[in-house]
Formats: sequence, C-alpha cells, structure tokens
Amino acid sequence: MTLSPKTVHADTTSPFPVGEHVCRVVTNEAVNDQYRLMELAAPAPALAAEPGQFFHLLCPQAGEDAPFFRRPMSIYRIDRAHGRLGFLYKETGSGTRAMATLRPGDPFNIVGPLGIGFTLPPDRAPVVLLARGVGLATLAPLAQAAAAAGNPVTALFSARDPAYLMSLDYMAEQGAAVLTVTDSEGTSDPEQVERLLRGLHAAGRMEAIYTCGSNRLMLLAQRLAAELGLRGEVAMEQQMACGLGMCFCCVRAFRTEAGIEHRRVCNEGPVFDLKEALSW
Amino acid sequence: MVDGPIDLSVRLGALALANPIMPASGTFSEELARVFDLDLLGAFVTKTITREKRSGNPTPRVAETASGMLNSIGIPSKGLDHFLTDIVPAYRAFHQPLVASISANTPDEFAQLCADVSVPGVSAIEVNISCPNLEEDGRAFAMRPESTHSAMQKLRAASDKPLWAKLTPNTGEIAEVAAAAEAGGADAVVVANTILAMKIDVHTRRPSLGNIMGGLSGPAIKPIVVRMAYQCARAVSIPVIGCGGIATAEDVVEYLLAGCAAVQVGTATFLHPTAMTRIIDDLAAYCRANGVAAVRELIGAMETGPLARTDELLAQVY
Repeated sequence: MTLSPKTVHADTTSPFPVGEHVCRVVTNEAVNDQYRLMELAAPAPALAAEPGQFFHLLCPQAGEDAPFFRRPMSIYRIDRAHGRLGFLYKETGSGTRAMATLRPGDPFNIVGPLGIGFTLPPDRAPVVLLARGVGLATLAPLAQAAAAAGNPVTALFSARDPAYLMSLDYMAEQGAAVLTVTDSEGTSDPEQVERLLRGLHAAGRMEAIYTCGSNRLMLLAQRLAAELGLRGEVAMEQQMACGLGMCFCCVRAFRTEAGIEHRRVCNEGPVFDLKEALSW
Repeated sequence: MVDGPIDLSVRLGALALANPIMPASGTFSEELARVFDLDLLGAFVTKTITREKRSGNPTPRVAETASGMLNSIGIPSKGLDHFLTDIVPAYRAFHQPLVASISANTPDEFAQLCADVSVPGVSAIEVNISCPNLEEDGRAFAMRPESTHSAMQKLRAASDKPLWAKLTPNTGEIAEVAAAAEAGGADAVVVANTILAMKIDVHTRRPSLGNIMGGLSGPAIKPIVVRMAYQCARAVSIPVIGCGGIATAEDVVEYLLAGCAAVQVGTATFLHPTAMTRIIDDLAAYCRANGVAAVRELIGAMETGPLARTDELLAQVY
C-alpha cells in the first residue's frame, strides 16, 4: 500500500470496480463524546466511490471484541485530491468499538465501493438534505457533489444536542445553507421541522429532498414530497453479511405499483426512491 | 518442491473441473463478477432455485457467533422461469461448469423441478435434500437413509445430468445417508449443509434470528464437517465434495486428505470476496512446497498407519 499521489482520478473503466483494499489509517480521532472520524489513505479504485455508496469494513479483533462479519459504513468524505476516504461513526457495538482502537499507520481492510448512491436532480434544481444523528455523515458527500453540479443546497440537520451537530463548517464551505434543530433546544419535533421545510419550499429552495438517519423524518419527507411533487431519496441501513448482493440477508420491504417487494439494501440500495420506502 | 506447473484439475464423475474450488450454494451469485474473473473458479453453484417465487424469512436473517455465522435466509427465490430465462443465459459469458441448486417440498415436486432445470448450459444439478420434506412432517429428506434413497431414485429418473446430493449434518447417520444417496443414483454427495443452531440476545431476551433457529457455518463448524466428510468418503465410491468452514488452502488440503475430491467455499467469501481465488493460488503454492505435482494426489491421502519415524527411532535404540 502506498499513499496516493496528489491528483487521483476515479477509476471507472475497471472491469472489477469492487475491490478488497488494505488501506492505512491516517487519523482516527474522537470529534465529540460519541462520534469518531477515521480517515484512510485509499487507492484510486476506492476513491471512485460516489456519495451514498458504502464500504464493507473488516474491523479488527480488539480485547473481548471479536467481530466476525464486516461492518457496512456509508462514506463521509471522498477527497480525491489528497487520496483520502473518511468515515464518521459512533461506537455502538463490537465492530465500531474495535474500529476505534486503530491508530494512524495501522492497516484497515475495506471492500468497496458498494451499492447505488444518490442521484441529483437536473437543471441545478435546489435540494434539501434532511438528516438526523449519524445520518448526516451519509449526506455530507452529497452536499459536495450537489455544490459541484450547481444544485443550491440547504442542509437541515437534527440532533439530540448541539454537541452532536457535526460537519456544519464543512457544509457551509461547500456553499450549503445550514439549519439546525435539536431536542435539547426543543426545536426538533416533526411539526417544527415540517414548518421549516414548507418555508424552504415556499422560498424556492426545495425541489428535491434527501434524507437519512430518522424514520420520523423519512415519513415527514415522504409525505411532503408526495404533496408538493418533489423528487426524493432515502439512504437506508440494514444488517449485512456479504455486502455484494449474494446472501439476501439485508432485505427490506418496499411499496411498489406491483405490491410489497423485498429489496437488498446492499445491492438495490442503500439509496432508494423516497416514495417507495416503508417505515422501519 | 515441484518445478513445473501444478495440476489442480479434479474429476467429479463425468465432470472435469480446472480446480477443486467452487462456491457453496447461497453464498455466490453473478454479482461477484464485479470483484474478480469468475472463470478462475472450478465451477459455479447457484443459489437454491424453487419452482415458485419465495420471499424468504423475516429479518434479522443473520447473526454472528464465535468464528461463525448463523443464518436463516429462507431460500428466497425468483422461481424457475427467472432461472431459465435470466440466470442460465447470464452464465454463457463464462466457461466453467454451472451447477444448479434446487429444492422442493415433496419428492415428486423435486423430481419435476430436476427435469425442468436439466437444460443446455447446466452441467450438473445439486439437489438440496437438506430442506424439509412436507410429506415427512418437515424432516429434511437427508436426515434418514430411507427418505434419501426414495427421493434420489425419483430425481435420478428425472434427469440425465450429474446429480449431487447436498447432505444435512443434522443427522446421526450421515454415512448411511450418503450410501443411500449413492444407491439411489447420486453422482456425488456434498457434505454438508449448515448445522442447526440458535442464539439469544440476553439483553432483549429475543432470538437473534427472525426465524428463531438457523444454520451455523464458518470456521466454527469445520472440524465437525471434516469428520463427516471422512465418514462419507469411507462409505461411498462416488466423489465427496467437502463444504464447511473452509477459509484457507490448508482447510482445503484437510478436506482432500479426508477423502473429498473437491470443496465448496461459502462464509469465507462474505468476509473476503476474493477468498476463493486466494485459496486457489495458495493451494498451488502448498502443492509446490510439498512435492505434490497434481492436487488429486491428496484425495484420501491421510496417513493413519504407524509413523515411519517411529521405526527409525526404534532402530537407533535396538
């Protein structure tokens, strides 16, 4: 494994776009008392990742934590100029606890990029990113892509407490207008979020909506999108084994014109059409 | 050391394989072609096909255990028509033998499905007789020699393709079941499917799988299945295909020494999508380092006689 050069171009021509890459950890530090940011030096095929795609991470054995499966994780940052991939994560179980023990220089085996990412609306239509908790990690690279494509971005982020609102400066640097609501300030209940979203729509700031991280917010976005005729997408999570579409363990139910259909989050997702999503 | 190229080819009855490594049913699909050239494998084994569409079991469908995986996927299947119109043509792009895994609820339905998948492009049929037989109160066909024999006879009459019987480890008489499969007309036995198991979350007091019970696979079960493969290899004269917990080339050599002619790799692919190609490379390296010119020399070559070294030592003393 070598550090990637300054300018790295996405490898989109390979007949084998999914790889098992042993990357080096560059940083792996706490950003607050719940979340950590890991940055990896990644090779070009991994950096070809698109917003909304994910990697399947082989977490190490650490003390009593012996995760057997890989852990799927959405991509927080794709920095092709510096050859870096970023993951923002919360220590919630044996996999992420073990991941937190990695130090700069340690090898880390990742498989990807996997799944189908977000699709931006054409004609520079304005978009709203609606996230709660760690869902903002999944939407962060979309802000960058939307800015690059000329779609004006409003990020509406919800969290338990202002301490857990991350990446606000980064979003602002991408040119996003950032709105925050929190439980501790009493601003995050769905009624208030709905008023904000209706205000954004009235102001011509919302022709498409993207959401991740909250079932309640997904349902709200789905209802508004249907009423206002907006495009919408939701990024979903599910426990996975293979991550490649082979094992069928990560299915979720979706509502289609033909009825209820089971789809693999790893292969048909993790980003899905908002109108077909069902409550989880 | 061997200087020339290593011969990795093996023969399973009428079927010649370029190497003894193939995927286990349910752990492989054409999506893996995004990771490596599938033609590096010895054969392709499909997910189990049923006649009708099935949506599978409730989630969670998998749970991890110490060195193993519990699953209860429930054989989701897009049905026979999808297999014939989409899957078989998709594999025309590749050159290795395609093995269709099938399952059904009764011996007659099994036989009819076996006939229906006996089409050009399918090189062999793996009959998953580890699934429950609705005419036997839900017991798997392969739990008992009698039900194995009668099911295999009907399957044999339905197809001229090579038939591989996938046995269940959830029986106390696997060697007898293997012999019954052979007597019923099987061309090979696959030893074995997953071991029935369960896990309970002590915090929520709920089963870790939506279906409560499921099948255990992975390194946790390997020694048990090596034993079963050994017992079956002694009981039959048809090839035995080992399947259970293989993650390295050393694991493959172990199964070959126990009497297997080929192996299937499953759970390891979930942890390392390139596990099978790495195992093929490492198997050639093992052969080279150990003076094995052809991998088939290893089949059934476990040594159980007195250690030659003992005689040397005794000669020094006396």
